[in-house]
Amino acid sequence: MEHLYEMLSKVDGYIYSNEIELHWGILIVLYPYITGLVAGAFILASLERVFKVKVLRPTYQLALLTALAFLIVAVMPLVSHLGKPFRFYEIMITPHFSSAMAIFGFVYLWYLMVVLLLEIWFDYRRDMVLWSKEKKGFKSRLYKILTLGVNDLSPKTVAWDDKLGYFITVIGIPSAFLLHGYVGFIFGSVKANPWWSTVLMPVIFLFSAMVSGIALVMFLYMAVSWIRKVKIDMPCLDEVGKYLFYVLVLDFTLESLDQIHRIYEAEESFEILDLLVNGKLNYTLFIFQGLLGTLIPLITLGIFRIYKPKPKIRKAFYLIISLLILMGIFFMRWNVVIGGQLFSKSFLGFTSFKLGLIGSEGFLMTIFWLVLPFLILAFILWLLPPWKKHEEEPAS
Amino acid sequence: MGSKRINNSRRSFIKKTAALTGTILASSSLKPFNAILFATEQSDESKPWYGIGIDIEKCIGCGNCAKACKEENNVPKEPFYFRNWVEQYTIKNDGEIVVESPNGGIDGFTQSVPDEEIFKTFFVPKMCNHCAKSPCTQVCPVGATFESPEGIALMDENYCIGCRYCIQACPYGCRYIHPDKGTADKCTLCYHRIKKGLKPACFEVCPTGARIFGDLNEKDGVMHNFLKNHNCMVLKPNLNTGSKLYYNGLSAEVR
Ligand code: SF4
Ligand code: SF4
Repeated sequence: MEHLYEMLSKVDGYIYSNEIELHWGILIVLYPYITGLVAGAFILASLERVFKVKVLRPTYQLALLTALAFLIVAVMPLVSHLGKPFRFYEIMITPHFSSAMAIFGFVYLWYLMVVLLLEIWFDYRRDMVLWSKEKKGFKSRLYKILTLGVNDLSPKTVAWDDKLGYFITVIGIPSAFLLHGYVGFIFGSVKANPWWSTVLMPVIFLFSAMVSGIALVMFLYMAVSWIRKVKIDMPCLDEVGKYLFYVLVLDFTLESLDQIHRIYEAEESFEILDLLVNGKLNYTLFIFQGLLGTLIPLITLGIFRIYKPKPKIRKAFYLIISLLILMGIFFMRWNVVIGGQLFSKSFLGFTSFKLGLIGSEGFLMTIFWLVLPFLILAFILWLLPPWKKHEEEPAS
Repeated sequence: MGSKRINNSRRSFIKKTAALTGTILASSSLKPFNAILFATEQSDESKPWYGIGIDIEKCIGCGNCAKACKEENNVPKEPFYFRNWVEQYTIKNDGEIVVESPNGGIDGFTQSVPDEEIFKTFFVPKMCNHCAKSPCTQVCPVGATFESPEGIALMDENYCIGCRYCIQACPYGCRYIHPDKGTADKCTLCYHRIKKGLKPACFEVCPTGARIFGDLNEKDGVMHNFLKNHNCMVLKPNLNTGSKLYYNGLSAEVR
């Protein structure tokens, strides 16, 4: 409780007696951040599949597997932040349906089981059958298990794989929208909190999710190519850059609209939010999220739309931009989640937030949760390498 | 300053609300969607439906209520956990609002603003509003927070998963996470006492009778008369929480 006494001395103005502690810390910043990456990566993958954007082909599987790796992790910080983590299942067996949070478990499972796993399975089934024959020992057995015993390689069955996979992607798009729009709703529906409570919140979450997910795939595509020492497909990268630009424009517009609306309406909470934005959120909002995470990438990508420098330079910029965006969206989540709890609901003062180094809510743990999905992804890529897929019909 | 209180006769308000609700219900078939709309309605008028009245004009800021609450309900003694606390509002001549509540008012108050700068000052005791459309109940994902048949917002600590959504949703800052239990905790209106016909601890100890509570359904009961004889306001009426904590003499600055 030491830290609470320390925070007590840092209170500005008046806050309600119970408001010293920030109830949703860094773990809840991670939760929308990671789910956003999932939704965004998936939507990028769907572009290739459903809208037949063929140039994006090299990123298709990578995007799908990225979505899976991050989705597996998404729920972990959430559960670990609970006061009673071992009661987590209650949310599934006795959900209270008027709560926006209650259906999280179902949305999550739907997305994991029905959408992602199935889509990946249909996409990889034929390859897994072939790999189970090519490989030996443990790996062969693993692939056999993963095929779930469906070993039929007749063109008809393979065509069905494709059809069902397509069908699931079609369901997957609204599901991805649902998943992240829903996360936005968890915040947007809290009427007690004027920083959160806006109808735009789900939409903003959705677009920022797409931005971050696309940036992540962009980064990973470059990183994986570099590790594998293969040439980066520039038309593909440019196409990803193009979509990133469009979505970023939309995201920026929506967030600006939200702010302009707040400023113009200047409701009861305006003064305190004004102080918040220009005080405690100064750096994270204007510098990290706004300037570095949004404007610089937006301008650079915009320039690339009209003028294309040499591939080498473009690559370098894409790399920097994707990282900047990933950071920017992280701080966007930070500004929403942490920012929304820094001011008192009495609108008369502020509490403060300090990120500790250790402990389940500390900095090291945060890094762990952020690195874990990459490790899982490395494993999945080892197991299901997109570059080893059999593109041609197998000569049977 | 010197806000004009909303001079609304309570009864006509209820009538209007009832008429409005009636029209809405009659003109549409919203009933089946109650789970979504979340309108907790008092079901039976013959049963008690508790409300609370606090007379700000009578409160002297002794902090007895806050202290008694901590003792009665084993609320952790640290100054971060309160089911009941008192705020000292001081409005300065230049319009600045200064609010203080050192240790919830348990140890009494001192005035930090020099006398000549004070426009007015008063105490506001705070506690759970036992909202009839309580946001905390609405958002609890497992139903650990619920409303008793008497209209009291209660918590089942054996069920709470400690997600803290209710704390985010309560507009009045009335909830906290119990440091030892890891579950949410809040005012129960001393349910264990009122069930035995006793008054809640904070009401019992108030030396000036600034706090009253009673059955809102009881014609000519204490709450009935309190609401009839005073122009009462609830906190943050714009949020439509259905607060059942009515303040007499509530100044516009109070949130
Ligand atoms: S005041 Fe807060 S804790 Fe009490 S019923 Fe209303 S929302 Fe719930
Ligand atoms: S902290 Fe407990 S009571 Fe509050 S919303 Fe979560 S599960 Fe419900």
